[in-house]
Amino acid sequence: MTTTTGNVGEEARGNVGRTVRRQRAWTFRDALREGLQEEMRADPRVVLLGEDIGRYGGAYAVTRGLLEEFGPERVIDTPMSEAMIVGAALGMAAVGGRPVAEIMYVDFMTLAMDMFVNQAAKLHCMFGDQLSAPMVVRAQQGFGRGAGAQHSQCLEAWFTHVPGLRVVVPASATDVKGLLKASIRDPNPVIFLEHKQLYGLPGERGAGEDLIPLGSAAVRRPGSDLTIVTWSAMVPVALEASETLAADGIDTEVVDLRCLSPVDWDMVERSARQTGRVLVVHEAVLTGGFGGEILAHLAEHLSPVPAMRRLATPDVVLPANLVLERQLVPDAARVVESARHLVEG
Amino acid sequence: MNKKGSTIEGPALARELFTTMVRIRRTEERILEFQLAGRLTTTMCHVSIGQEAVAAGVCRALEPGDYISSTHRGHGHYVARGGSLHALVAELLGRQDGACMGRGGSMHLVDARIGHLGSNAIVGGHVPIATGAAMWSRLSGDGKVSVAFFGDGAITEGIFHEAANFAAVFRLPVVFVMENNQYAMSMPWSRAVIEYGAATRAASYGMPGVDVDGQDPLAVHAVAREAVERARSAGGPTFIGAQTYRFYGHSRADASPYRDPEEETIWRERDPLSLMQHRLEDEGIMTSAQLEEVEAAVHQELDEAVRSAEQSPPASLEAVLRDVYAAAKGSDR
Repeated sequence: MTTTTGNVGEEARGNVGRTVRRQRAWTFRDALREGLQEEMRADPRVVLLGEDIGRYGGAYAVTRGLLEEFGPERVIDTPMSEAMIVGAALGMAAVGGRPVAEIMYVDFMTLAMDMFVNQAAKLHCMFGDQLSAPMVVRAQQGFGRGAGAQHSQCLEAWFTHVPGLRVVVPASATDVKGLLKASIRDPNPVIFLEHKQLYGLPGERGAGEDLIPLGSAAVRRPGSDLTIVTWSAMVPVALEASETLAADGIDTEVVDLRCLSPVDWDMVERSARQTGRVLVVHEAVLTGGFGGEILAHLAEHLSPVPAMRRLATPDVVLPANLVLERQLVPDAARVVESARHLVEG
Repeated sequence: MNKKGSTIEGPALARELFTTMVRIRRTEERILEFQLAGRLTTTMCHVSIGQEAVAAGVCRALEPGDYISSTHRGHGHYVARGGSLHALVAELLGRQDGACMGRGGSMHLVDARIGHLGSNAIVGGHVPIATGAAMWSRLSGDGKVSVAFFGDGAITEGIFHEAANFAAVFRLPVVFVMENNQYAMSMPWSRAVIEYGAATRAASYGMPGVDVDGQDPLAVHAVAREAVERARSAGGPTFIGAQTYRFYGHSRADASPYRDPEEETIWRERDPLSLMQHRLEDEGIMTSAQLEEVEAAVHQELDEAVRSAEQSPPASLEAVLRDVYAAAKGSDR
């Protein structure tokens, strides 16, 4: 396998990397940090906890500088104990805190699943509304570093299956801050899933509060022939594919869900009715992915049922191999191919 | 007689602890009656008969703002902490006035007003929550102490290890109270762990640990008070291993065939209520007439709680559908 530059890493950072220009612009990471900073300045109840978030500044540098500004009582470096990190956040939230915990990789959320599923999600309803858990757990997902099966997954679908949890999947540097702030202020446990390839994504630095309510999607590109419903790192991929499809005379509407619990069904349905064709693209593996939920919902609620299709990573154990992973995860070319199938029947 | 002489606190404390244990015992017996009569809206009900002294002794060592969290076998903790009998009975009967509006059943009790952060049906699941509450107390400086009650089964769950280490590292105001009733369902303690000693086990985390006779509420109280004071004065967590016994099986369905009948007999002779009653009489702290008064008062309290619980409407389905997510409140921004 040859590459044009000889640098496998650079070439293979393809799919999303190609569409993300590294600039000294305002980035997704900057927006996250500013969101945390603003909430921490405004509300003394907001504290951060997680592994390597303080002195190290975070494995993906999101929390850099926050320990220096807020001190070790508000930016807490913890031992390596994922279940306890989430449990501590829950305990703090239950008695008046507003914790934002960081789990370094979504793949490690598995170690804390009882705390998410049986504890945080249940606390409010099970205990007759007496307690609530206003907590955020941030993690990052996805491929792009050849990091392998235990460091590259997208597990958002799991959390959507648990009533009581909120699931946010930001894709844009412009609105990730508003989503994070809204998540921190939400009285429910919020799973905030970033993506390792999006941290450098440039965007518009907004002014003021700019909260984005959870459960509102965004049309990233309006179109009339086909709706692509997607989220997270697949949004730039879908937009790139839309340019190619436009050259073929196929006008694509790209809907960035931003939130998988709750889902902005109004917008999804409206777009599906308008175009009559829906392609769901997600990086998470196909079976049991949230795409199935979207298509089932549309099949139940729309008459006539739109033409529908899903594109996802196949049901594989992702190899720790930069070359192989980009051959498995949806890229713009595969999105174009799927879209053509859908349009041409 | 106490050679050192009884302090003023001594007799009063003993009376209080005895009354709490009677309240727990009679409530549990009434709950068992309801269960036998098929009146509970849950089939999972675990009574703490035989273990009353631990709940009574520990809870008596707390201040009003302190937190407790508890287990599936948590009626005793709830009552000892001052939970409402009306809310407890209503909960088991599936009524709206129940502690959890009829949604929690026996295993999920709560009372935020008395610092009860919830009883949990995942063994050990509440221990990190109690520890997190203690962390908030440390960070906010509110001076509260958090108690986690759990059984011998919990310490073999990984989450206990994470919580104990975390509490010690951050020097949190939490007291870990193991109610060791010798069995995790059918698994004997003697087969589940190698290290029995609380002090040794706790030392591995860097915190003090102490074993105590869980059938003696005064001994439990003394140990708990020391642990609570340590926590409140920024001395960090303590692990208490209280040895006790379940007089019934794990649950109603369990006739405990895995227990040696001789062992059961020996432990039943150490009924914490009987032991305390004899002590109160022998030391002249209470007469038999006074003891009967306690029973009568509890009986009346319980009757009234049952009467009022029975008047509460059934749990609301609409509310269950509505309350999956919390709504924003005034304290939110």
